[in-house]
Amino acid sequence: MYSEKVMDHFQNPRNVGEIENASGVGTVGNAKCGDIMRIYLDIDENQVIQDCKFKTFGCGAAVATSSMATELVKGKTIREAMEVTNKAVMEALDGLPPVKVHCSLLAEEAIHAALWDYAEKNGIKIEGLEKPKSDIHEGEEEEEEVY
Amino acid sequence: MKRLIYMDNAATTKTAPEVVEAMLPYFSEHFGNPSSVYGLAAESKKAVTEARETIAKALGAATEEIYFTAGGSEADNWALKAAAESYRNKGKHIITTKIEHHAILHTCEWLEKNGFEVTYLNVDENGVVKPDELQRAIRPDTVLISVMFANNEIGTLQPIREIGELAREKGILFHTDAVQAFGHIPIDVDEYHIDMLSASGHKLNGPKGIGFLYIRKGLKLRSFIHGGAQERKRRAGTENVPGIVGFGKAVERAFANMDSRTEQERDLRDYLIERVLKEIPYTRLNGHRTNRLPNNANFSFQFIEGESLLIMLDMEGICGSSGSACTSGSLDPSHVLLAIGLPHEIAHGSLRLTLNEEITKEDLDFVVEQLKRIIERLRSMSPLYEDFMRKAK
Repeated sequence: MYSEKVMDHFQNPRNVGEIENASGVGTVGNAKCGDIMRIYLDIDENQVIQDCKFKTFGCGAAVATSSMATELVKGKTIREAMEVTNKAVMEALDGLPPVKVHCSLLAEEAIHAALWDYAEKNGIKIEGLEKPKSDIHEGEEEEEEVY
Repeated sequence: MKRLIYMDNAATTKTAPEVVEAMLPYFSEHFGNPSSVYGLAAESKKAVTEARETIAKALGAATEEIYFTAGGSEADNWALKAAAESYRNKGKHIITTKIEHHAILHTCEWLEKNGFEVTYLNVDENGVVKPDELQRAIRPDTVLISVMFANNEIGTLQPIREIGELAREKGILFHTDAVQAFGHIPIDVDEYHIDMLSASGHKLNGPKGIGFLYIRKGLKLRSFIHGGAQERKRRAGTENVPGIVGFGKAVERAFANMDSRTEQERDLRDYLIERVLKEIPYTRLNGHRTNRLPNNANFSFQFIEGESLLIMLDMEGICGSSGSACTSGSLDPSHVLLAIGLPHEIAHGSLRLTLNEEITKEDLDFVVEQLKRIIERLRSMSPLYEDFMRKAK
């Protein structure tokens, strides 16, 4: 089902964890659909991403795309990080099954959400960056499933 | 080689060696078509008759009430579509439950598109249909009630006898999908007032591609497949002789040791449930604690997602299944887990482990140790767990 690279990043995910006092944190996805990604960025005064960590609730592809996304943005400037698209993440993983493409989109969104948080905190504008969709569902108001 | 611990017996079972052995001659020397007149064919015909007798006896049915199909899904489709059509002059209302297998649910949806009305009964938090709710759902135009014997995901057993009695009293046909129960739980079609029952071969160590529909004598039900006189003209097509022989052998085998086998499974199942609930925090058991299939355990582990768990278990040689969306190919988790009231995120973290007679206590000890390790690891990566722990502080 998954490529060797996906399996490798799922089994040995890079950069799992949190960053205390992170420059930017972004959380996307929702528990209802079974995927939540949180990305922490540590960005220096030259706008270079010095460190990047993640936490993910989700399937094998969700973990692998988060891991790969953190690898791809680490060491990059925020401008370069904006160019890390879901397509780039997928290619770096040697592809994903069609039903899992949304995981790579989520990884891209998570990076953008963390960058947005950084931009807001520092009162700057990052070209091409849009306000992330706030999608987090706490699951407290569950309605009954309608058939 | 690493030992494979196969705990997905609700999905399918290993065909028993004696079943395979019983089937083999019907591929080679006794390959004749049971409908032919020569002596070669007589062997095939005899074998089909014997298997039918074995199966009928196991259900307390008559041999002519057993109709072989290509599996459980076909039997479900046949029962619902043909019964609805045959009795549509009497009424267009069907009652089933929210936790049926998709072979029933999707057939009901199809019937709804074709002019029938379907009531999908709720279940309680254990997944049990409430007979009083069923009673209230019955209308003058209700022609069919279909309630599964045991649920395939959470293993809950339904009050089939009560439902059967109610249906009989009201003159409504009663069908039960017994795919998970047949061979694991004693069933008597007369005692439970069952009019139609679906079962499948590969859930009890028989071959895949063979099932049957029990149809009570005297019940008007149109043919499902047209084109020949097989199965009393109700299901045409040359019989799957090796499959039928294998199914017969599997039934013989399953019923010969049902008591001792299920008692062993029940003990081990309870051992597994106890250890998991005790040793892994933020875990719940789905389905009724005791009123469930002897070999079924279904858990939800909070803050983690089922597919990740399955992949990590697989790396340790453990096969299980999950009701998470990622394993169903849709965005929604299992309809059964939602019907028993689980929030989506808890349903996503479900794990079903179904035992067989080969599973030992040592296997379960290994499984529990792996579960503890894997769940801890997945939780350490989970933003939901992080938030939860932060709030708890």
